[in-house]
Amino acid sequence: MNLFLDALNFLFDPANLTGANGIVPRLVDHVWYTGLSMAVAIVIGIPLGLLVGHTGRGRNAVVALSSAARALPTLGLIFLIILYTGLGVGPLIVVLVILAVPPLLAGAYSGLEAVNRPTIDAARAIGMTEWQILLKVEIPLAMPLIFGGIRSATLQVIATATIAGYVGLTGLGRFLIEGLALRDYKLALAGAILVIALALCVDAILALAQRLVVPHGVARGLTRHPDESAAPTPRQHGRVSTAPSNP
Amino acid sequence: MLWLWDNLDLVLRLTADHVRLSIIPIVVGFIVCIPFGWLANRYTVARTILLTLGGVLFSIPSLALFVTLPALLGTRILDEANVVVALSIYAIAVMVRGAADAFSSVSRDVISSSTAVGFSAVSRFWTVEFPLAGPVLLASLRVVSVSTVSLLSVGSLIGVQSLGYLFINGYQRDFPEEILIGIVFTVIVAVLFDTILVLVGRLLMPWTRATPRRRSVTSAAAPVTA
Amino acid sequence: MIEFHSVTKRFPDGTLAVEDFSLVLPSRKTTVFVGSSGCGKTTLLRMINRMIDPSSGSIEIDGVDIASGSAVALRRSIGYVMQNSGLLPHRRVIDNIATVPLLKGVKKADAHTQAMELLDTVGLDRALAYRYPSQLSGGQQQRVGVARGLAVNPNILLMDEPFGAVDPIVRDDLQQELLRLQHDLDKTVVFVTHDIDEAFLLGDQVVILEKGAQIAQVGTPKEILANPASDFVASFIGADRGKRRLAVDSTVARSGDDVVLVDGAGYVAGVIEAPGGVLPGSGVGVGTNSRARSVSNKTDQAGDA
Ligand SMILES: Nc1ncnc2c1ncn2[C@@H]1O[C@H](COP(=O)(O)OP(=O)(O)OP(=O)(O)O)[C@@H](O)[C@H]1O
Ligand SMILES: [Mg+2]
Repeated sequence: MNLFLDALNFLFDPANLTGANGIVPRLVDHVWYTGLSMAVAIVIGIPLGLLVGHTGRGRNAVVALSSAARALPTLGLIFLIILYTGLGVGPLIVVLVILAVPPLLAGAYSGLEAVNRPTIDAARAIGMTEWQILLKVEIPLAMPLIFGGIRSATLQVIATATIAGYVGLTGLGRFLIEGLALRDYKLALAGAILVIALALCVDAILALAQRLVVPHGVARGLTRHPDESAAPTPRQHGRVSTAPSNP
Repeated sequence: MLWLWDNLDLVLRLTADHVRLSIIPIVVGFIVCIPFGWLANRYTVARTILLTLGGVLFSIPSLALFVTLPALLGTRILDEANVVVALSIYAIAVMVRGAADAFSSVSRDVISSSTAVGFSAVSRFWTVEFPLAGPVLLASLRVVSVSTVSLLSVGSLIGVQSLGYLFINGYQRDFPEEILIGIVFTVIVAVLFDTILVLVGRLLMPWTRATPRRRSVTSAAAPVTA
Repeated sequence: MIEFHSVTKRFPDGTLAVEDFSLVLPSRKTTVFVGSSGCGKTTLLRMINRMIDPSSGSIEIDGVDIASGSAVALRRSIGYVMQNSGLLPHRRVIDNIATVPLLKGVKKADAHTQAMELLDTVGLDRALAYRYPSQLSGGQQQRVGVARGLAVNPNILLMDEPFGAVDPIVRDDLQQELLRLQHDLDKTVVFVTHDIDEAFLLGDQVVILEKGAQIAQVGTPKEILANPASDFVASFIGADRGKRRLAVDSTVARSGDDVVLVDGAGYVAGVIEAPGGVLPGSGVGVGTNSRARSVSNKTDQAGDA
């Protein structure tokens, strides 16, 4: 237990908070890289996933992509890309975006796919345009799975950004990597605690946001008929599909 | 390619390590998930607690978990146990949710009719619920298997031998081919495991081939989860 | 008035769902398409609001080809009620009913007031307005579906097996409700069912269909019962099994003016008044074992349960 005390001492030592390599700037960096990559990935992944889900075209490609993304070892991927592109924040952000897109795509696509067909049909029959169907019916009903994808992707990015500390991305991963390199376990543990705290906080915030965004009737519908929704429980796919990628 | 022939011994030894270390979490996850999954399916409170806990554990980045475990378990930082335990935790977190869903996917009618026919609770579980939950369990197991194989290589950052060694070594020597070979072998191991699981599933659950599950939701989601 | 002119529908996979179908559906009457599963009823219905476009032929509403305008505008002007109601699960009952008026730009307050009135119209408690569809029973959902279909005050109401998924008692209720509504509102209703009793109960014009939406017979329930056009129709309406062909039972002692009727299998189907022992209009004395035609059975379905 005194290992933890050592680590906590490090964390609460004001000397380690600020300064170029302090906790605060590295935390800010970590959050900034995560936010930036997620913003780019969402702009790419979600519309694409919605398109595939709405039209049904390209579903095989999406399925193949998300399975492949799961099987590929993230660590190898980062190192390989960095060897080709050279060190730098830019390439690392690109890697993070690449890793975040598949779960987003899969969430958006499977979210739309999971929407009850007769409901969409009825919406069309009463005279909604295709856009109205997408915006007022499909997206709200797909929200749980879309959000599952966002949460998976975000955790994935936070975790990968940690590893990317190894190849020079600043952020909380640096404490961990430096600690391992210097055989300073206290430092590594402190880094690990910071990363874990960040991941849990961000996920909790997203969970709250999900509550706000997912329409009431959807949540109700799902809790009322747990059997019926065995496959698409709000977090199940999102989460399960994350599993693999969380590095 | 030349590099591969020259270092075939190393690559095969690392592959063997990789297989050995990833089998344990998969098996542990499968065994542990059955009682917990049953509990979660049976009691709402258990479900809430187990799934929330699983969600929290699951959101911990792997490298951070690898590094934290020595302080909790009293192991040394280089011990394989850290990685095996961490991956088992992920496997359990995913499998318990999967198992809960698997058990709840078994039709109530089948369960009550087998009770009516005279199965005891225990024999009903093993002869009816467990086999019928099989397909959904298998889907989760396949996810766990692939992700365990791919996550294991992160362990090489804390010095645990696996195919991940090739990534670090290749990066340090600025030698992409070595990394590529590491990736290819990792994927081969993942595909091998997956194929074995699918074949075992067919062998043990012959009825799933006769009646392909046609719920569009499930089939659409299967590739995502599987 | 809805007119089908030689309408054919072949799906991309080659299925010929509707072949050369022509029919006039009179205004302010209920036309029922009835036939067994897969005969093309839904396809016919969905061509009226352009959910499906015909491969050839044309459909006119009040003399205007429906293909000439926009499909979305057409659908908003036609009420549509389907099995399992097709309500939007993420919207409360009141918003479900008001969906189309809101899409058309009606003010929210007005749309809600009107939705509340529609709840009365379809016989639902206003207290249900703020529930989500999953919190209603199947029958209640179906009523909300009807209310939504009526929300734009359409001249035409399309109903695809709307009562197919509710239990028989609720179905009876809903059928009576629809008869009352139709009496009050005077819509042109096109109703699809595979239940011949429902067809005879609700239809002013009943269209019996065979595979490929081939018309086996069109007519009022009375005409069809009186003169089944073919063996297919006879079998479909149950006449061949003697279900609807009732005879006076001569073995039961007569008491008062009532005569017992039995169906072809000898089961008791009901009683009929025969003042003075003579069936009205037939000139046939009771007890001669001569056969009597079944009455149109419009409201009494005792014999078919
Ligand atoms: N989108 C489609 N693509 C291909 N074939 C179709 C399609 N929709 C319907 N069909 C086929 O067209 C035929 C008529 O279908 P339709 O849905 O109109 O039948 P129905 O009379 O409404 O049957 P039910 O009583 O079962 O609802 C059937 O053979 C059906 O398989
Ligand atoms: Mg139909």
